[in-house]
Parts: sequence; structure tokens; C-alpha cells
Amino acid sequence: MSVLHTVNKSPFERNALESCLRLAKAGSSILLFEDGVIAAMQNTKFSERIAQAMHDFSFYVMGPDVKARGLGEDKLINGIQVVDYNGFVDLATEHDAVQSWL
Amino acid sequence: MENGEGVVKRFCYINRKAPYGTIYALESLEVVLIAAAFDQDISLVFVDDGVYQLTKGQDTESIGMKNFSKTYTALGDYDIKKVYVEKESLEERGLTADDLQALKYEDEDDDWAEKDSLFLVGRSELTEIINEQDVILSF
Repeated sequence: MSVLHTVNKSPFERNALESCLRLAKAGSSILLFEDGVIAAMQNTKFSERIAQAMHDFSFYVMGPDVKARGLGEDKLINGIQVVDYNGFVDLATEHDAVQSWL
Repeated sequence: MENGEGVVKRFCYINRKAPYGTIYALESLEVVLIAAAFDQDISLVFVDDGVYQLTKGQDTESIGMKNFSKTYTALGDYDIKKVYVEKESLEERGLTADDLQALKYEDEDDDWAEKDSLFLVGRSELTEIINEQDVILSF
């Protein structure tokens, strides 16, 4: 059973991503969108934690949300895949279930 | 303090949320512009995720929301000359002043010379700035 986890809150503001990383099963996918994209950026307080978690999870980030916030796709942590809304739909259908960490 | 038409109070707007994910950033801007219309002494403070409101190069076309980041550059025209960004918040997020929009105003007492209105301040300096205010509004 494969699960797509989605996180839409900033790691600086909520512990949604932290709980996701703690409880998601290795091999799962994690999509960061809306304010959740902040966790995908290099050189933040959380970058190291994410880079480490990439051994266990496949990370995706919503490109349109990165662009909206002026964060720059060139400043994303290496190895995080950028998707758009169609990519979100594909991810949702490719996995058996979606868990939203609100 | 009086400006000839009434009392002028020191208003401080504290912005702590990233833009677009919630409505706070946009609502704050709306309220700031109202106070500016009443010729009040206004300071804007950006801390925590609020610093993301000021990033340059915001492009909201593909999320279907209004890009209101240009409004920050117009604040100088509303006589808003004091925008404080906490240094520590930028550092925690891997951001520098170069990642932010330049904010300017024209100084009427100095032949309309263009001057910076954005100031990077440290935590303790910010504590003092907030402590001097008459009215504090949080977003």
C-alpha cells in the first residue's frame, strides 16, 4: 500500500510536517504545497532535516506555489521534484491513498 | 503629537505570516492603507514567516490569485517610511536582504530625494521599536 502525504503549512508555523515525517511509512511520497513549500527551500532551519528524510521518502513540491512566493526553483533542496497541478493529480492517482496533514 | 487636524498616534503592524497560504498578509495591507489615509505615524514590522511577504519576483499567475507584492513598493507614496524586517527571521530562512524588494520613499524635506524605507533590525532593536508604539495590530 502506497500513500501520498500532503503538507500545506509552513514548518516554522505548524508541526504538520514534523508529524508527517514521524508517522509516515518509509517509501511513502510527500508533496509540499501552499505554505508547505517553505520546507523545500535550501538553507533554512529545516533543510538538513528534509535532506535526511529524503533517504526514506520521495519529496515533491508544487511549482506554482514556489513561484507565487518568489522563492525560486533554483533554491530548492536538491532531489525534490517539482510538479504542477496535473502532477498533483497524477500523484494522487498513482498512490493507493492520500493523507492530508492539515 | 498633533498634525493640525487631530491626534497622531504611533501605529505598528506586525506581520508574521507568509503570503497567499492565508489571507492575513493581504488583510494587513488593506488596514495599513486605511491608517495611512488618516495621516498616522506608521511602522510595519515583518518577522517569522512574515518576511516572505517582501520577497521579490513573486509570480502568482499559476495559482490564480492576485499578486499584491507590488503594493509594498507603493507604500512610500502613502508616506510609510518605516518598514522593519527582523534579521534573525531572514537568517533562519536562508534569506538575505537581496531576496527582498527594495522599498523607497521620497523625502519632501530633502528635495524629494529617494531614500530607503526598509530597515533590517536585530531582535533587541525590534523589541524597543515595538515598545514605543501606541497601537499594535497583529496579522
